[in-house]
Order: sequence, then structure tokens, then C-alpha cells
Amino acid sequence: MTLLLPLPLLIPMLTAIITLLAYRSRRVQRWVSVSGAAALLAAALWLLTEVWHAERGIQAMQIGNWPAPYGITLVADLFSAIMVTLAGIIGLAVALYSLASIDPAREAFGYHPLYHFLLMGVCGAFLTGDLFNLYVWFEVMLMASFVLLALGGERGQMEGAIKYVTLNLMSSVLFLTALGLLYGLAGTLNMADLARKFSGLAPAQPTGLVTTLAILFLVAFGIKAAVFPLFFWLPASYHTPPVAVSAVFAGLLTKVGVYALIRVFTLIFVHEPGFTHTLILIIAGLTMVTGVLGAVAQSEFRRVLSFHIVSQIGYMIMGLGLFTPLALASSVFYIAHHIIVKTNLFLVSGVVNRLGGTFELKKLGGLYQTQPGLAMLFLIPALSLAGLPPLSGFFAKLGLVQAGLAQGEYAIVTAALGVSLLTLFSMMKIWNEAFWKTPVVSDQSTVNSEHASQSVSGGQWVLLLAPIVLLAATTLAIGLGAGPAFALALRAGEQLMNPALYIEAVLRASGMP
Amino acid sequence: MEVILAFVIGGLYAAGIYMMLRRSLVKLLIGLGLLSHAANLLIFTAAGLTRARPPVIAAGEAALAPPFADPLPQALILTAIVISLGVTAFALALAYRAYKAVGTDDLDKMKSTDQ
Repeated sequence: MTLLLPLPLLIPMLTAIITLLAYRSRRVQRWVSVSGAAALLAAALWLLTEVWHAERGIQAMQIGNWPAPYGITLVADLFSAIMVTLAGIIGLAVALYSLASIDPAREAFGYHPLYHFLLMGVCGAFLTGDLFNLYVWFEVMLMASFVLLALGGERGQMEGAIKYVTLNLMSSVLFLTALGLLYGLAGTLNMADLARKFSGLAPAQPTGLVTTLAILFLVAFGIKAAVFPLFFWLPASYHTPPVAVSAVFAGLLTKVGVYALIRVFTLIFVHEPGFTHTLILIIAGLTMVTGVLGAVAQSEFRRVLSFHIVSQIGYMIMGLGLFTPLALASSVFYIAHHIIVKTNLFLVSGVVNRLGGTFELKKLGGLYQTQPGLAMLFLIPALSLAGLPPLSGFFAKLGLVQAGLAQGEYAIVTAALGVSLLTLFSMMKIWNEAFWKTPVVSDQSTVNSEHASQSVSGGQWVLLLAPIVLLAATTLAIGLGAGPAFALALRAGEQLMNPALYIEAVLRASGMP
Repeated sequence: MEVILAFVIGGLYAAGIYMMLRRSLVKLLIGLGLLSHAANLLIFTAAGLTRARPPVIAAGEAALAPPFADPLPQALILTAIVISLGVTAFALALAYRAYKAVGTDDLDKMKSTDQ
């Protein structure tokens, strides 16, 4: 039991170290990388079942046996466990996809170790119960992502990396500033301890400084989560690296920011929801609308998808802004759905690029005739993203809309429904341009496409398509089995809305009353 | 002492943000460096300054006498300094490669990924 919580951190770390030591042998690196990712998924599933079946629900452990407010705590409630499981699924899918899509030069310069350090940072951020430790995990994740983004040194990558690095470091500095002031105010950075100290704040007491700190955290995590108006680094950088890297970034990185927002604004800063959570709701609405409008205006496959990430982040924090158990459950469900679907769409964009030789939608075309199977594999996540029943996106949006109506927030519900219509529109644009229309002839791209499709061997096809099929099947499973999946999310939402459970689990584990 | 440090920190934040708003890549990095120093000093100051009272239990005592310097913020700052060292080193290398790839250090010219 004590081994289980740090396992999702130890496995990627060991995998990264072994691949680093085996830098001479590409074959060993590839085997170790995939088996490490599979082991991470297994550990994550084990953790999820353990948390689901456990009597008290929330697992906590103290690193080095230092009691809770002093040492570093690892905590897994249902939300954390779900996030770690998602990281495991994406980790395995993209590790497989990388085998066929990452060039040998990048592999030789440490792609595999960096990839697993990235997964370690992501899992660490999901599992930690200490705010400063969260900062450290953020930095682990960012360092790995910086190098993955810049690895290869193409001009577009460099320009994207400069923007990505600058804005993420800016956000880290704001986070650090907020941490310093919070420590000065509360004398602790353990999340459970902070929640306990702030839960006693009566409305009559002066809470101005706490609210100011809450807004500092909102800005710091908001940059990482890419909410309006702080999202500009995302569409400028996500389409520059190789597809496998884009896919894992799109699936996991912004969601770490969303996770941190949800964690902090359900556990610690709940003293004045009338101000902070209403502000989050307004930001959610603006994020959805600006993101989707940006997507509609784009004509490059991966840039359309990047703007959709921004738009979808709006839905995730809409649940946080509504701040009811159903709303948070829908947010959790939405995050799960989004991570799988979005990664899958990026992976499909990579295959389309392999076949068509370009990401420009105008130059693509006719893929439905030549690759009907791939077209279907694109349609499943695309329609799920737009929220068509019976796919997973429908139930995620249904839950959010219900929660919004129950709270009487009609404006945000209208925005959510309108945005999903525009999402459908821009997914259909990709469908029409890349798959449906007659192929563009007598162009440079046709020459490229012949050249490109020849270079894809049979074994590579399996490696490219297997993760796409796996993720599409997961989307279908979540959609068709929405009942049990939503029950899981509901329990996570109830845990989030009841911070006393979290506080009790952490401080009990350290033997404090 | 706190007041002086408050002005120093404010000045560092202001200078850092001013530098980050410039168009030159190198100035951007200097700005980031200044900001991280400012954040470190802020943690140091906000946690309270206690002079000449190390958190060491004196011989013959069982517990610490109350006014003592809190060691935790300093541990946090050390961690943050190490992280910012690594990040700055990476950012410098990245800036050099970006300068090589793009041919200029003017940030306004680095917008081919935005179209």
C-alpha cells in the first residue's frame, strides 16, 4: 500500500534513467520506453481501483515519514487517480505512436528519456498534496516539455519554443510569488493544512488578502491551462514539434493547469465563491467563445485543433465556476473525454500528414476515397469533440448544461451550446477539406504524398494506427458505458466538494488529530 | 529592513517586466532572471525576517525558544534558485539556437508560427 502511491512517479523515473543509460541502442530504448509506459498504465489502474474500493476513499502518504504539515505529502483522491490513469493511457498510446513517427536523430538525442520525465512531472503534479511540491513538479514537467518542443531545432520550433518558454516561465514566477505571500500569510504550504486554516474564515473577517492571493493563483494556473486572455502561447507553439510531441502536450499539459485550478479552488480558496467562482465562470465563457472563433478562422490541421484545446478548457473550468457536485463531476468527465479525444485527433493529423504530405487543409483532399478506415477513425473523435450522442462528449456537455440550468446560469449554458455547434462546424471543415473533397491535383503535395506513402511500411502502419484505434475504442467505451463512467465522475465531484474528507485523510495519515 | 527589501523587490519586478516588454531576445531573458530573483527575495521577506536567531536548539534545552528564523522559506528559495539556474541555462541555449535559426534577435520578427 505504501508503495502504490509513489509508483506512478517511480516507474517513469526508472524508465527515463534506463533509456538514458541505453542511449547507444535505439532498440533497447524503444522497448524500455513502451514497457515503461505500459507499466505506468497498469500502476495507474491499480491505484484507481484501490482508491475506488478503499473504505475512506482518499489515500495519503508522507514521504520520509515526516508528519503532514512539515513533510511532503502524496495524496490520491478519486480525481487524482482518474487523472493519473488518463496520463497512463495517453503515455502508452503516444509511446507506441512515437516508435513509428519520431525520427532516429531525435531518438538519439534523448527523446525517450525526456518523454518519460514529462510523464513523471505530470503524474507528480496530480499526486502531490503540497503546493511548493506542485511547483517543483510543474518545473520538472516544463523542463522536459521545453526540450521536447525544441528538440530538432527547426525554425518554427524555435519560434514556438521561445513563446512557450517565456510565458510558462512567467507563469512559474507568478506561482512562486503567490507561494511566497501565501506562506507569509498562513505559515504552511500543505494543501490540507491550508484548507483547514482557511476554512475557519468567517465572512466578517477581512479576507481581502486571501482573495488577492486566489487571483494570483488563478492567473498563474490560468496561463498554464491556457484560459482567456492568457492562451496566446498555445496556438503559437503546439503545431511546431513532431506530431507525437504535440499529441502528448495537447492531451496532458494544459490539463495539469486545469487540475491545479480545480484542486486549489475546491480545497483552499472557497471562502468567497460569489467573487472568485463567478469570475472563473465569466472566464470560462470567454475562453470557449474566443477559442472556437480562433479555430473557425484557421486552415491548418493542427492549428485548428490547438484553438479547440483553448475552447474546451472553457468547458472544463465552467464546471468549476458553477461549483456544485454535478458541475464538478461533469468537469472531471469532460477532462477525461477531452484528453483522450484531443490526443487522438492530433495522432490522426499525423497520419494525414504522412499520407498527404502537408498539414494545410487546402492542399489535402480525397482521403475518404483512399483511406475510408482512417476517415472513420477521424470521425469518432471529431464527432465526440463536437458532442454528438452516443459519444463521450455528449454526456460531458449534457452534465455541464444540466448543472448550469440547475444553477440558473443561462448565459453560460447558451454559450456552451453555441460553441459546440461551432465546434461541429470546424470539425466538418476538416472533414470536408481533408477527407471528402476531390484531391488537389498537379500540385507539389501530390508528389510529396506519393513519396510519403511509399515510406510508410506495414509495421509502421500498425504502430501508427494501433494507438488511434485504442483511443477511439476508449472514447466509444466511455460514451456507451456512460452510466458507470459518470458514476465514477460523480463520486470524484462529491469528494471535491467535500474538502473535509481530504483534510482528514492527509492529517490522519500523519497521526495528527 | 522589511521596508527596504520591499522597495528592492518592487524595483526588481518592475525592471524585470520592463525588460520582458522589450523586443530583444537577450533583454527578455534578463527580464526573466530579474523576475525570478524578485520572487525569491519575496519569499524570503514575506516569511518574516528574524536576525541572529538560528533555529538550533541550545545545549540543555528541550525545545526552540520562540523568536527564531524559519528555515523552511530558505529551503524553498534554495530549491527555486536551483530550478531557475537550470531554466536560465536552457533559455540561453534556446535563445542562441533561435537566433541562429531565425537570423535575428528581434522578437517582432518571430511570428511565422502565428499565421
